[in-house]
Amino acid sequence: MGSKLIILLVIILGVIAIAQLVRVNELTAKHSGRREEDIPHRDNIFNANMMLAFMIFFYASFIWLMLKYGYTGMGPAASTHGVETDWLLNLNFIIIIAVFFLTNTLLFGFAWKYVKRPGVKAFYYPHNNKLEMIWTVIPAAVLAVIIILGLRTWNDITGEADPEAENVELFSYQFGWTARYAGMNNVLGEFDYKLTTADNQYALKTRENIELSLQKMLVGGPGEEGIQMIEDKLNDESVIMAQADRKKLQIELSRKERMVRLLEQMALTYNDSIDDLVNDDVILGDSLVLLVGQKYNFAMRSKDVIHSAYFPHFRAQMNTVPGMTTYFKLQPIYTTSEMKDIMEDEKFEYVLMCNKICGGSHYKMKMAVTVLGPEEYLNWQKTKTTYDGSAWLNFDDKERAAKEAELLEKYQAIAATVAQ
Amino acid sequence: MAALAHDGHHGHDHHEESFVSKYIFSQDHKMIGKQFLMTAVFMGIVAMMLSIFFRIQLAWPGESSDFLNAFLGDRWAPDGILSQDMYLGLVTIHGTIMVFFVLTGGLSGTFSNLLIPLQIGARDMASGFLNMISYWLFFMSSIIMLVSLFIETGPAMAGWTIYPPLSALPQAVSGSGLGMTLWLVSMAIFIASSLIGSLNYIVTVLNLRTKGMKMTRMPLTIWAFLVTAILGVLSFPVLLSAALLLLMDRSLGTSFYLSDIVVGGEMLDNVGGSPILYQHLFWFLGHPEVYIVLLPALGLSSEIISTNSRKPIFGYRAMIGSILAIGFLSFIVWGHHMFVTGMNPFLGSVFVFTTLLIAIPSAVKVFNYLTTLWKGSIVYTPAMLFAIGLVSTFITGGVTGIILADSALDIAVHDTYFVVAHFHIVMGMSAIFGMFAGIYHWFPKMFGKMMNSRLGYVHFWITIVGAYGVFFPMHFVGLAGAPRRYYDYSVYEGFNSNSYEMMLDLNVIISVFAILSALGQAVFLFNFFYSIFRGQVAPQNPWRSSTLEWTTPVKHVHGNWPGALPTVHRWPYDYSKPGMEEDFVSQITPLMEGEEEH
Repeated sequence: MGSKLIILLVIILGVIAIAQLVRVNELTAKHSGRREEDIPHRDNIFNANMMLAFMIFFYASFIWLMLKYGYTGMGPAASTHGVETDWLLNLNFIIIIAVFFLTNTLLFGFAWKYVKRPGVKAFYYPHNNKLEMIWTVIPAAVLAVIIILGLRTWNDITGEADPEAENVELFSYQFGWTARYAGMNNVLGEFDYKLTTADNQYALKTRENIELSLQKMLVGGPGEEGIQMIEDKLNDESVIMAQADRKKLQIELSRKERMVRLLEQMALTYNDSIDDLVNDDVILGDSLVLLVGQKYNFAMRSKDVIHSAYFPHFRAQMNTVPGMTTYFKLQPIYTTSEMKDIMEDEKFEYVLMCNKICGGSHYKMKMAVTVLGPEEYLNWQKTKTTYDGSAWLNFDDKERAAKEAELLEKYQAIAATVAQ
Repeated sequence: MAALAHDGHHGHDHHEESFVSKYIFSQDHKMIGKQFLMTAVFMGIVAMMLSIFFRIQLAWPGESSDFLNAFLGDRWAPDGILSQDMYLGLVTIHGTIMVFFVLTGGLSGTFSNLLIPLQIGARDMASGFLNMISYWLFFMSSIIMLVSLFIETGPAMAGWTIYPPLSALPQAVSGSGLGMTLWLVSMAIFIASSLIGSLNYIVTVLNLRTKGMKMTRMPLTIWAFLVTAILGVLSFPVLLSAALLLLMDRSLGTSFYLSDIVVGGEMLDNVGGSPILYQHLFWFLGHPEVYIVLLPALGLSSEIISTNSRKPIFGYRAMIGSILAIGFLSFIVWGHHMFVTGMNPFLGSVFVFTTLLIAIPSAVKVFNYLTTLWKGSIVYTPAMLFAIGLVSTFITGGVTGIILADSALDIAVHDTYFVVAHFHIVMGMSAIFGMFAGIYHWFPKMFGKMMNSRLGYVHFWITIVGAYGVFFPMHFVGLAGAPRRYYDYSVYEGFNSNSYEMMLDLNVIISVFAILSALGQAVFLFNFFYSIFRGQVAPQNPWRSSTLEWTTPVKHVHGNWPGALPTVHRWPYDYSKPGMEEDFVSQITPLMEGEEEH
């Protein structure tokens, strides 16, 4: 209440102050016979000087911001393509900051210098084709360079993924992320949104999941009525129902019947052998763990609305769109612990966040990302199980040691490709 | 035709008009222009207030504020803390109102209406009746948009771009229920208003120019309004269709934009639609829209800079050429908003190329402005200050566009505060500065009174320092990785302290500047309303300008010129022409013997 009163008082006092100022101004104007449209010399000079003062203040603030906050708080790019885009970004910044200073200086400089002075007439100068040609051609040439360099990098980033790249799916929903690794066969299992149930959150396609969904449609499950129950209800003459409720139930029934037809088709044409594609996938709901130097090809999808997978430190971003799969490939070059040293921040972690407005808790939709070195990555992998419950690294006990050593060697070779 | 008809019975007579036909259902373009202006000023205040609400949250996240509670109540600010849903509602409606109602309806509606007939020498718009309809549709859509702020489920909350599926599914966010329906209805009406207005402007410019007013003798304002209107006519219908398809997806069960969705535990039937389609349709309007907002401001400032430098605008033909080039290019660049949406990357490359081309005509415009100032004799009216401010913001905001247009660089900064900084400076500040410049400059024409210039100075210096103070630091926040439309930045808390602390610090600075510059607008509002009633009476040609509007009497007459329409003999920029007595020569002055036109 107190603060409201103060706000009100400030506003009222402000208005009174302005009114008084205007009054004084009016009286002096009347006294000196000044008319509003005749700008006095003093006012012109004042504003001209303000132009110069503003320019200096503006530049000083810019430089202060640069010094205090650097031009990026994200640290160095932590991915291969990010190093390239950062280089290009720097080049572009040099160009645009030069243009910014040049043109703003000319603007405020002219505004200061060419203020109206008694006895000086403006210079009649309607056009000069040569000059205009110069400032058409020079920007065009600079832009040509920017475009060529930019598109070269863009093509690298968006080109075909390396066949060696590891496939990982990022699944987004309100408001979280899930990662699904393709497992030892490096092929992601198939999915179909119609298979979404409480027990099959990611709508993965296996014989069992199809049966489960069919079952749920026909018989129902906890909190949901199946076709049979709905039919019984509609046919039961002892149940008295409002017309609107009956209508609603009928719509629900026809929707479910349609879904059942689609699921039955799916069941008929389904090839059981692709169960394996899903079965060896590894699903992680809490964090995304990456191997340093490994090339990743992320396939992204969304359960509900558009989200955007934004990895600020990797300079990577791609929207996730319901109904279609989008891709982004990247190769991390620093492990989390290396990055902690670089950033001089003991607590530093990579992060994946949502960068497309997706609802109330949009700002909280994130997933921790960890980049590990070869040994840690292998150790971490050993603790993870696949969709069907077997170990990710499912080796015979006899050959386990040899296989793991082989993997470690492979990981070390991968990490070595980006070692500094 | 309208001009001829008016000649008959207007001109000298002042037949009585009732209050209603003069001030409310007026068909006079000058009155309609003022109606647009008043509505836009009001909407501008609302949108500015909304931004202050969410700036308070961003600067002091989670802190209780009586101020928020007083305005938003317990529903949306329980215990004085803004609710996260309403945060999205505020940014959505702030953006919508600013872009469409203030900078499109307000800017173009006010000045196209006021200046087109006056500057080309016409009695009125081609159709005064349609012009009136255009205003009242605009008024209606404004009301509906405002009403949507007060409903129980809240206003639209999907961002001003209202991307489906978020905007299509009430299950996804509460604002996508009735709030979104009202948004769509309001926009549909707004688009109708804008189309009617634009058609009128085009027809008037092409058909009703007075004798001697060749296309190459039109002031740059008129060129800007003409191209703006053409952009509007070609692009707004696409937004209308996008909105209608969305309405069908929402209410009739179609699947234009929806596919494979499970939301709130409910599996939707929709299959086969594409949310990307909506984005293509939206940005096909959305990008020309940027220039619909910007071009009138550039046109106004061309006129004002030339008049107050007492010099012809440098490179008149190049200025027209660049307006046309910008207008044309604006239709083939929309995809630069969609580099990371999953659109085909090759398509992205094409849009990089076309987008960066826009920098060329923009650079031409900037250098021409600079050369106009060079060796001028600058008079600092408040309008001139704002026009120079516009050139500065156009440069500062424009250069960062080069980074955003470069798809490879856009990946890292897309949808961060870097983008927010860019478009607020280049589009928001520039257009608002153009609008203020226009108001100060043509106030005497609108109301027959003068505004106080010294209050104008105070207003300008507060505004430019304040607005740069708000938007310039946002570049740094964005480069530190702050996504836009975030309720707070706790996402970085605890494990990324560099970025997090920087965002906290800068957000406080930004919000303080935002509050200061909002308060600074009180100076303008006071000056504006005070001058309407108590301002010094304006002379006929206060700025010693050579365009036609200053040859009309100060007191408005229906039909603009009491006698015959003026005949035009020269271009509008004969300032400080050698061999002339005065430092300006009105367009109606015949060429002297042996004088070259320019």
